[in-house]
Amino acid sequence: MDLNQLIRRGPCEWEAPMTGDMRVPAIVFGTETLIAEMDDKVLEQSSNVAKLPGIVRASYAMPDAHWGYGFPIGGVAAFDPERGGVVSAGGVGFDVSCGVRCMHTGLRAEDILAVQETLADALFARIPAGVGSTGAIRLDSAQMDAMLAGGAKWAVENGWGVPADLERIEERGCMPGARPEMVSALARKRQRDEMGTLGSGNHYLEVQRVAEIYDEAIAAAFGLRVGDAVVTIHCGSRGLGHQIGTEFLRRMATAAKEYGIVLPDRELACAPIRSELGEIYLGAMRSAINCALANREILTHLTREVFADILPAARLPLLYDVSHNTCKVETHLVDGEPRSLFVHRKGATRALGPGHPDLPEALRQAGQPVLIGGSMGTGSYILAGTERSESLAFSSACHGAGRAMSRQQAARRWRGRQVVDELAARGILIRSPSSRGIAEEAPGAYKDVVEVIDATDAAGLARKVAKVEPLICIKG
Amino acid sequence: MQEHWEHYEHGADIGVRGIGATMAGAFEQAALALTAVITDPSGVAGNEAVDIACEAPDPELLLGEWLNALVYEMAVRRMLFGRYQVEIDGTRLRARAFGEPTSVERHCPAVEVKGATYTSLRVAPTADGGWLAQTVVDV
Repeated sequence: MDLNQLIRRGPCEWEAPMTGDMRVPAIVFGTETLIAEMDDKVLEQSSNVAKLPGIVRASYAMPDAHWGYGFPIGGVAAFDPERGGVVSAGGVGFDVSCGVRCMHTGLRAEDILAVQETLADALFARIPAGVGSTGAIRLDSAQMDAMLAGGAKWAVENGWGVPADLERIEERGCMPGARPEMVSALARKRQRDEMGTLGSGNHYLEVQRVAEIYDEAIAAAFGLRVGDAVVTIHCGSRGLGHQIGTEFLRRMATAAKEYGIVLPDRELACAPIRSELGEIYLGAMRSAINCALANREILTHLTREVFADILPAARLPLLYDVSHNTCKVETHLVDGEPRSLFVHRKGATRALGPGHPDLPEALRQAGQPVLIGGSMGTGSYILAGTERSESLAFSSACHGAGRAMSRQQAARRWRGRQVVDELAARGILIRSPSSRGIAEEAPGAYKDVVEVIDATDAAGLARKVAKVEPLICIKG
Repeated sequence: MQEHWEHYEHGADIGVRGIGATMAGAFEQAALALTAVITDPSGVAGNEAVDIACEAPDPELLLGEWLNALVYEMAVRRMLFGRYQVEIDGTRLRARAFGEPTSVERHCPAVEVKGATYTSLRVAPTADGGWLAQTVVDV
């Protein structure tokens, strides 16, 4: 991206001024290096988002932003329903509420290392992962409705997970406003065998070691010490969410014209929030959020069962669960006035600052944990929401490393076996059903997440708290 | 002009492109490119046939419908397809996909496809009298 077309607003904040049909400016966060390496398409897509009706303040791109479909991945935009604002299926994406959760274990890394092979094999045997894998849970129509309405709360009520988990999940584990009757028969059928499955691609379950602490006070509030073992799960709403994304992308792409919305790009498929289609989508998309929350809760339960067998002293309370691909109604200050906005985050993490009433008591002073996945080899980061993030980008932060090369390039460059052996030599055990999948997810295929994390911290979007490194990785 | 498929790069996702003598041939090749995201199409036996029908107001949206129908059938049947026969009549498509149940051991499936996007979506005649059909799929 050409830096000359941007106005620098801060050390890590750049503005593309309004041109043409843009209703607000586009703002990109990142260091000079990150911005220079960023695809031109990010700015083009951010600028297109800025043309949508009812957009408030600016169209944002996080430091890990890359070329997506419609919205950039790493895009954040808020819309006001009282000013003709829209909801966009393209602004949420296919994997609705794909997200990350992190659990404590009460164990130290050396406790894991003593049983590392056994634990890796047991987790791989218990957690359904990869293309075509199926879960053990089959829901009838009424149970499916209850799951779509109840999310992780439903899972806990049915014996997967514990009540204490719920306050550590966004929306207390249950997305309000879900309307399961808006979820198609096809989406339900696609989910039939997929409850409690990890999926494939960049989804994973990792047992990790806390490697570094950058902010002692917040780390203490989060319950993290160097050498502690934690478990992190990255996955989403499985087939149901993918089908909802697919169906509404098509419906909104063809319906926008009827609502008098000129789409600069078909993929910006959207409908007015206050329209029949907008309301149907919100009801279905919120159901998919609940599906993702229930799915991660079930996977948590399976993980706890494995730990109970192998490391009975372990307790796995939830640190926090974040979602990346969502549209949520939130109250934000705009020109000093609180306004109820529909905030789209596509490949971006909500990052509530200290004192926010939606945070559980134990985390309220520290700010929301922001969980950022890296690659299999480089490790992941835990950050905390800041007070400034509200005014910077509606309390949003980055979500991951982003790919440095395509899957095809990675598959040509590495063999799965070679990646597994190299990581094993560094003490990281990989278990996956697909060697090609591992090659495509090789650490070298991802950008260095450090620069993204440092830019997120320097921009004030979220504060760097801890680095975690994998000991075991179950890869879909 | 030789019928073929290829992948093209798109950030975290993958572009699938089919080149055919006809629009239907390009759709068949694009479907093979879709299979190739997951596994080598030549390693998929065509023992079972699945009939697929869809329609859309224009050829580009029809390509999206076709690929999404395949994503759906692969997901709910837990199958992979290695060969396709497509007929297109105006805004309607009828097809038969030949494949077999997914085998983790034999097919070594790399990644599941979540859906076909409209990014770089294009269905158009080529300079040498054939057809091109392409879009990016989300993985």
